[in-house]
Parts: sequence; structure tokens; C-alpha cells
Amino acid sequence: MSEEKVPIYIKKELYERLKKHVKESGGFESIEEFVEFVLNEVLEEEEEEEVYSPEEEEEIKRRLRSLGYL
Amino acid sequence: MISRPHGGRLVNRVLASKRRERILEEVDEFERLNIDQGRAFDAENIAYGVYSPLEGFMLEEEFLSVLDDMRLPNDLPWTIPIVLDIDEKTAARIEPGDDVMLYYEDIPVAVLHVEEIYVYDKERFARCVFKTTDLAHPGVAKVFSMGKYLIGGRVDLINDPPNPFERYTLRPVETRVLFRERGWKTVVGFQTRNVPHLGHEYLQKSALVFVDGLFINPVIGRKKRGDFRDDVILSAYEVLLRNYYPRESAVLSIVRYEMRYAGPREAIHHAIMRKNFGCTHFIVGRDHAGVGNYYGPYEAQEIFKEFPDLGITPLFFREFFYCRKCGAIVNERVCPHDESFRLRFSGTKIREMIRSGKTPPPEFMRPEVAEAIFQFENPFVE
Repeated sequence: MSEEKVPIYIKKELYERLKKHVKESGGFESIEEFVEFVLNEVLEEEEEEEVYSPEEEEEIKRRLRSLGYL
Repeated sequence: MISRPHGGRLVNRVLASKRRERILEEVDEFERLNIDQGRAFDAENIAYGVYSPLEGFMLEEEFLSVLDDMRLPNDLPWTIPIVLDIDEKTAARIEPGDDVMLYYEDIPVAVLHVEEIYVYDKERFARCVFKTTDLAHPGVAKVFSMGKYLIGGRVDLINDPPNPFERYTLRPVETRVLFRERGWKTVVGFQTRNVPHLGHEYLQKSALVFVDGLFINPVIGRKKRGDFRDDVILSAYEVLLRNYYPRESAVLSIVRYEMRYAGPREAIHHAIMRKNFGCTHFIVGRDHAGVGNYYGPYEAQEIFKEFPDLGITPLFFREFFYCRKCGAIVNERVCPHDESFRLRFSGTKIREMIRSGKTPPPEFMRPEVAEAIFQFENPFVE
């Protein structure tokens, strides 16, 4: 299944550095794959951690305290 | 920030109490399928998110993608097939769309919503995952003892499989709260299936120098005859932590899981499980998850190069040993002395000493740990 893609413009110098990095690191098939991975990582880091309801969280903490972990 | 779950969302397929009660009232109406301990642990790990993003036993497309590409069809790294096998007779009475009750030790553990039943190639399974088809390999032997078909579909957990170590069992949802409450932003996971010797301790403490917290996560499950018993391992770790670790820096909690002994592939799987518990880093030592001489001593470290998108950072260590000349525990990267000065940590040697009632020397094992092991009349699996 193909996902729709859009072009993004970046500086040529940065592009060349990315090209070199992708070639040398060997972990990614293309610059596009590398850029998508890095951007996803950045966004995920900024997204909220999983949120529990106050009751669920209190229940978890109660168990952790009863077992001596907290 | 602690690791996000693999695939972005922590799976929860533990049935809420009302639905669970309703299903239990009708339990006899379900087709019954008995499963072994390893599969019961797999169902439990799926339901509590240890195997996130998996929500059930694998369908054929997932299974083949894992075998051939070491990734799920959506390109997410995944190296070990999580599958449920059935024999021909069972396959004849179940079809896609059925709900089947999975029983372990006569306890209804989970409902399997059957989506697919498919045949598979055992030799290909073994070759891809274990890199051998030698029946002397325990993982290969297990595959060749499996039924002819695999049955895939989502699972809903009804009951935890019987657990004598409830007190040491934390689910990913709990470890994530725990790490956050302790203020840990970086956590290193340590996988073990043995009592701790000083080599393990130095490995863990070397890693702990660079992160906020250490998550010691012994694997509890089927063991070989002559291995240390699970309760012995836990008792030995309790003593070690109490005497030699800062209380606020380490956590001991188990994971119930059947070892596959798949070496490099399994090292990736172990890292993914710890990522789901919230670890940001994972220790990979010598011959991780290996057995016999099927894998190179550092092959399990090399495979990580193929997964730059794993989302957990592996920490690689060379083997630690005691050097009489250095008078310390070191490894080949920091010790210039030759083999005649080196005392290698050997699980076999330690087991032999304990079996014959000898306390391992303090260069090998903390005296308190040895004492804790000797508290057990027979610390070994019969």
C-alpha cells in the first residue's frame, strides 16, 4: 500500500551531509527513510506520555507501595 | 523521558471485570484448547503489553514477514515469531471467526478470536530464527515438536497463569509509573536467567554509571535440569541488591517468558520487551540468549546495527573477568595482562562448586549471595 507523500525543501548543503551520513552509517536505505525516521522520533519525544485516569494511577501506586517499590 | 512503547501504544488486552465475568459464566460453551506454559506466558505478555504492538498470536503475513525481514508488515522491528500451534485434529474442529478458550493447567487463561489457521514450514522457521536445523538446539527441537498448523488472532486475557512470584511481578503499565515516580529519565534493562556473580554485578554497575536507574528483569519460566531454581535466583538478587546497590537506583522485577535460545534474534526481542517496560537502554553482553556454540560470542551485539529504528539503545559490553594482576574485575578493553592472570566467570564452575557444598571465592561471588543460595536445600531444578 503506497502512502501519499509531499515534497519538503531543505538546504542543498544539509542534503549533501545527510547523503554522506546515510551512505556511511549503512542503516537506512535512502535519505528519505532517514529523514522520516528522525522526524518521527522528534515528534514522538514531544508527544505526551501515556495518560492514566487519576484512579488508575492511584491504584498502580498503591500496589507499588504495598510491594515496597515506592 | 522513558521509552515510548514499541509501535507507540501500550497494548492492554486484559478483560475488564464485567466482560470477564460474563465470559466466565459461559466458559463451557467455548471450544477448548489446552496450551503449554510458554504459550500461556505469551498470551499474558500480549495482554499486558510486554509484546506491544502485538495484540494476538501472529497471522501468516506477520509470521512470514518476521521470518524473512525481521520486521512486522508495517516495518516495525520484530524478530521472534509469537505463534500458537495446533495439530490436525484440532484444526479440523476450529475455523476462522470462532472464539476459542485457551486453557493452561485446567484454568481458562484467554479467549482467542480466531482469524486464521495456516500451515507453515518448520525447517524454514528454524533456519530463519535459529540459523540452524540441528535438533540438538532446544529452540529447533521445540519447533519440530509443534503441531502442523498455526492459529492466529487477537487474545483477551481472562486469568493470569498461576504465578508463585506475584510479589515480584510488575506489568509495563506499573514499571512506567514506577520509573516516573523515581524521577528516572533513563533506565537500563538487564536480562538474566541466573544467580548473580561479580561479572553480572560489574556489567550492571558499569551501565548504571551512565543512566538514572537499573531494571533487573530475570526471566522466569521453563528451565533445564541442573539450572538454578527461580526462587533461588530471586533470593540471590534480593540479597545482592540489599547489600551492594543504592536502593533508589535499582528495581528487581520478573518477566514470565519461555526462552527461545535464538541468540542474536532473541537479543532484539529481549530489548523490545524491555522498551515496553519503559527502558531507554538495554545491556547486551557476551553470547546473549545463546546456547551451545550456535552463535558467535558477540553476534547478538552485531545484529543491532540492522535496527537503527529500534527505539532503545543497546549497551554493548565485552566479557568481564577477575585479573589477579590488576586485583580487580576488568575486561579486555582495560586489562593488558595475559590469560594466566585471568579468572573467568563460569556459570558451570559456580554450579559445580555449589553442588559440592563449596562457597565460590569472593572474586567470583559475593559471600552474602552464596549464603542465600545455601539456604536452599536443593537450589537446582530437578
